[in-house]
Amino acid sequence: MDFAFLSSIFTQLLKGLPLTLNLGVLALVGGFCLSLILNLMRTTRVGNALASAYVFVFRGTPLLIQIFMIYYGLAGFGFIRHGFLWPFLREPYWCGLLALILNDAAYTSEILRGGLRAVPRGAVEAGRVSGMTRLTVMRRITLPIAVRQALPAYSNEVISILKSTALVSTITLMEVTGIARAAASETWRAVEIFLCAAAIYLALSLVVTRLSAWAERRLSPWQFGETP
Amino acid sequence: MQADLTLLGLGPDGWGLALARAGLMTLYVSVAAFLSGLAFGTLIAWARVAGNWPLRKLAEAYATVFRGVPDILVIYLFYFGGRQVVTAIGTALGLSGPFDISGFLAGVLAIGLISAANQSEVLRGAYQAVPRGTIEAGRVVGMTRLILFRRVIAPQALVTAIPGMGNQWQSVIKESALVSVTGLVETMRQVAVAAGTTQEHFLFYAAGAIIYLIITTLSDHVFRLAERRSLRGHEQGGL
Repeated sequence: MDFAFLSSIFTQLLKGLPLTLNLGVLALVGGFCLSLILNLMRTTRVGNALASAYVFVFRGTPLLIQIFMIYYGLAGFGFIRHGFLWPFLREPYWCGLLALILNDAAYTSEILRGGLRAVPRGAVEAGRVSGMTRLTVMRRITLPIAVRQALPAYSNEVISILKSTALVSTITLMEVTGIARAAASETWRAVEIFLCAAAIYLALSLVVTRLSAWAERRLSPWQFGETP
Repeated sequence: MQADLTLLGLGPDGWGLALARAGLMTLYVSVAAFLSGLAFGTLIAWARVAGNWPLRKLAEAYATVFRGVPDILVIYLFYFGGRQVVTAIGTALGLSGPFDISGFLAGVLAIGLISAANQSEVLRGAYQAVPRGTIEAGRVVGMTRLILFRRVIAPQALVTAIPGMGNQWQSVIKESALVSVTGLVETMRQVAVAAGTTQEHFLFYAAGAIIYLIITTLSDHVFRLAERRSLRGHEQGGL
């Protein structure tokens, strides 16, 4: 075991961690906002069809093809190359982030939909009867129940997106996996390097798992005021 | 950009045949990976529900590791790392290089092992959903463990497991696109090559997306049929 090499690789890989986290967090934030919009769209008939089609396409195709389509494919359209978004869509960072957001939104919107469906009608009616406005019902009854229901599935999605950020290394971004890939082709010590990178992702996903287990415990009504 | 649709056809300039062949390769890789994942995932699930303490911890650690690491990294590890290991062994045996490992093998192995971790979760959940009373009843009437599994546990667990297994199959199909990084010519690789050659990037990536949509949609139907069939005899669709 060559510990000097391992630690130098490790510090090298850690330099990619900010980009990995940046992409992961922004994709989750963007994806969540878009998934809220998709769920709002579902209240109308046309919107429902559109949202279903969107979810069907983005969940039915690999993320890799979505990334390539945005990075290489969009440039083929003149109106995009001459459009105001071109300074963004030219950059691999924005293309990768866009693909991650669009992909995450499709999965998150289904998770959120499941959570919203689990809200008992009676709870909403009780809120209305006791004189709450629609907004208050949303804020104090529907969303808390839906979010609690959706939490376990959503924590899986968080881990899945953190892992998915590795794919942007295919469009030249130097996050953890990109650095690992470059280092592996330089040094020909693939096993050590990729294992180090794997350890970093594993640590990330363990942190997410712990956090979500804690949040689930905190948000479970039957735990309130009791020692577990 | 004027999309030239003859590029997708079967003509002399068309990539139709190559794309169809690549689509079959995607299916082939996915089936091989899913089945190896099923075999190994069953063992892992078995270890988790019936193993002794160290075996159970080992299986849990396996599932945690393979569920926490990006798929592409596992493929890189098996492909490039596998080459490194094979070279080391080959050199130690005094053989002359260059040594290589096939992208197909590395990809199937990597995706199969990842899928095994996920499938073991589904199978474990399905086993735990089997009502204890039915197992005890089987034991009381004197069934052996094998008969108990075949006639009581498996039929009930399958019903719960099928939707989850369907999801795992869908994600295996999508993960199979990552095997393209090893140079194996499946759908993703083929459309990337075609897009690069013809400079019709959007057209070919769209065609690739449609191939994946066809595969995922058709197999979704198959799993729904299987689900309906497994629910025979359960009132109002069971569960």
